[in-house]
Amino acid sequence: MAPNVKVFALSTCIHCKQAKQFLDDKNVTYECVHVDLLTGDDRKQVIEEVKKVNPSLSFPTIVIGDTVIVGFRKDDILTALGG
Amino acid sequence: MTAQRLYEQLKTFQESKGYFFNDDKDMTLALLDSLLVNKERLGYMACPCRLASGDYEADKDMLCPCTYRAPDVAEYGACFCGLYVSRAWLDGSIPRVTVPERRPPEKVLAGLGL
Repeated sequence: MAPNVKVFALSTCIHCKQAKQFLDDKNVTYECVHVDLLTGDDRKQVIEEVKKVNPSLSFPTIVIGDTVIVGFRKDDILTALGG
Repeated sequence: MTAQRLYEQLKTFQESKGYFFNDDKDMTLALLDSLLVNKERLGYMACPCRLASGDYEADKDMLCPCTYRAPDVAEYGACFCGLYVSRAWLDGSIPRVTVPERRPPEKVLAGLGL
């Protein structure tokens, strides 16, 4: 079964765009949250979620199953997707 | 203001300080465009690859060119965003790696009141 994929991104971030494009090209289904477009409690809640998996709070933070990938790292994404 | 115009405005001055735009022009223009988006949204050109708080004082260290550009370009040849790079990065004499975030997370949290 394909792992669950979640991308924490910023709408203005180029590495986030490239990572999403890479996943699109690989036909990977994923959920994407643009943290900069959230406000108030929604933003706080998501930031807490990101902080748990990536204490540096940087973007993109990509969660693939149990693996957390910080930044757009193609090889790590492919490995986490199972080759 | 367009990204292309911003590019032209900044290029000569930044190059005189040893900072060059990324030679991936599409990426560079996309980043400059995002800076203009942030200018429109926030009133200042916050780094597009970082989460801005909307508070100018709290975000001061990440106004482009950010406080972290110099140490990042010195260590990795590129800034966190990849907008500004060094001559060595451009001519291929150093490897092109993913630049890790240098900005302390406390700054992000403080700016957000967390």
